[in-house]
Amino acid sequence: MAHTETSGTNRRDFLYIATGAVGAVGVAGMIWPFVSQLQPDASVLALSTTEVDLSPIQEGQIVTFMWRGKPIFVFNRLAKDVELARAVPLNQLIDPQTDQDRVKAGHDKWLVVIGICTHLGCVPLGHQGNYDGWFCPCHGSQYDSSGRVRVGPAPLNLAVPPYTFVSDSKIVIG
Amino acid sequence: MEGHSTYQPQGKIARWFESRLPIMGLMHSSAVSYPTPKNLNYWYTFGAILTMMLGVQILSGVVLAMHYTAYAPISFARVEHIMRDVSFGWLLRYIHANGASMFFIAVYIHIFRGLYYGSYKAPREVLWILGVIIYLLMMATAFMGYVLPWGQMSYWGATVITNLFSAIPVVGTVIVEWLWGGYSVGDPTLNRFFALHYLLPFMIAGVVILHIWALHHVGQNNPDGVEVKSVAKDTVPFTPYATVKDIFGMVVFLLFFSYFIFYIPNYMGHPDNYIPANPLSTPAHIVPEWYFLPFYAILRSIPDKLGGVLAMFSAIAVLAFLPWLDTSKVRSARYRPLYRQFFWIFAVVAVGLGYLGSQPAEGGFVIASRILTAYYFIHFLIILPLLGLFERPKPLPASIADAVLARNGATVVAGAAAPQTKG
Ligand code: HEM
Ligand code: FES
Repeated sequence: MAHTETSGTNRRDFLYIATGAVGAVGVAGMIWPFVSQLQPDASVLALSTTEVDLSPIQEGQIVTFMWRGKPIFVFNRLAKDVELARAVPLNQLIDPQTDQDRVKAGHDKWLVVIGICTHLGCVPLGHQGNYDGWFCPCHGSQYDSSGRVRVGPAPLNLAVPPYTFVSDSKIVIG
Repeated sequence: MEGHSTYQPQGKIARWFESRLPIMGLMHSSAVSYPTPKNLNYWYTFGAILTMMLGVQILSGVVLAMHYTAYAPISFARVEHIMRDVSFGWLLRYIHANGASMFFIAVYIHIFRGLYYGSYKAPREVLWILGVIIYLLMMATAFMGYVLPWGQMSYWGATVITNLFSAIPVVGTVIVEWLWGGYSVGDPTLNRFFALHYLLPFMIAGVVILHIWALHHVGQNNPDGVEVKSVAKDTVPFTPYATVKDIFGMVVFLLFFSYFIFYIPNYMGHPDNYIPANPLSTPAHIVPEWYFLPFYAILRSIPDKLGGVLAMFSAIAVLAFLPWLDTSKVRSARYRPLYRQFFWIFAVVAVGLGYLGSQPAEGGFVIASRILTAYYFIHFLIILPLLGLFERPKPLPASIADAVLARNGATVVAGAAAPQTKG
């Protein structure tokens, strides 16, 4: 390429920088769609609310439903399960949270949690482990009757999905 | 020591073509006249074996892809369709599934060969790092391939491994959802993994070309670890010497491979992968493919989620820094009496970690994995840097030719001293 001997800034420098800048913006603008396509698409998002009828669930029973491809545990807790969960001092918990914060007021026996171990995503087994809740077969985490982690390696309690009671025996998740 | 091409195109057309694209000369200088150290042993045939295995995986994979469909509700059935309906489909799938294991057996031998003979030391650092990149790409490819049959192990292996990224603070959960294309492993995940599983082997092929280019630029290391001093005395031309030796190595390896394909095709697999993926039930004991087990053991040995993930990735990343962690100037373990012992301890520790990765994470297994994980890092970060400073290496041979003559001379003398004592 021809080389001009002019010192200082000239028109050519300006054109180089302007062209480079437009090119960089163009490339950056094209990267976005290529990254963005990775996220959950509209058809996946469309499945994001699920209605659950609670009436067939017996006392003491845990039933699993699907919401956004994830298992949701609905636990119809006995009075003793609730008592046990509420009797634990918070300082004994790995991820301290009261049982009251994890259920809807007035529907205290219903525990609704995402059935995915917060360690690496396995589905814990119900009515197993030493805490009246769940045991994860993958690396041995244990959860109590409030879905709170009691034995690691899982760092967090089983997550509570967003849900509302539309009637006393029906909830909508999502 | 790039071999100067002695290639003379034969005939008018060849000369016409060669003066426009000198590809025959390139091939001649890299696969025919290229000088190879004359002391190479059979551990040096694994490079050729790996190249062959990449070819086998690409060939069998492309043919499998003609019969496979990446769609979650039917992928499991499509693989069974390959097994039962497609003519020789069982053979193609067993070649591909066992081929992945063979590929890893060969790469582990190849890596340990490099560790033993100090092949990562100057001027081969870039060559070595390209090898580490190939190894990473192989792991990614094999992981995504294992998801394709959409069995229980496919599904839960994918779940556990993708969830590793959720350990990243703040952005972890978002990254994992973007990997999945949903809120759990599902059809979008399967589709993108298939696309990438098809792509990555070709990227591996590209890096292999760079790897061989770097190799031919700096020259091969050899079991004595001394550089070639005289091409005439220390080397032999690649063809026929290395070519024939490599082909012999490949044939023996193929026999071993065939035994698996035809007699124990599911030996390396996990029976749970013949159960279709079920997002609601995790198998009681999930394990990754055998070639990931040492890293899986390291992951589980750390009781903290982020810590475990970091330890696992560091265990691989540390390999890339090896050229600078090993402070000894002497390459081959043949002349490093202490390193040689630590090499074998390390090999036992690596295999031990593999065994622990296959066992449930409880009791004594956890303690053992912690000890071995600690040793794994101590080997690279403490022993290797210090060893170079304190070890007294044995005297190095003056040249490859001297080393070869000394050894063969010694056997001649020993033979003369004790004639016909066998039997
Ligand atoms: C680096 C090379 C490769 C490795 C290590 C590799 C590894 C694997 C593994 C471990 C599986 C699972 C096998 C099973 O358990 O059934 C698999 C499946 C598959 N691979 Fe590959 N692969 C490679 C290259 C390719 C290529 C180039 C293609 C071409 C498209 C391909 C296409 C497939 C298909 C269609 C399947 C699903 C069918 C099946 O499961 O048998 N692979 N691969
Ligand atoms: S996934 Fe549950 S303990 Fe690891």
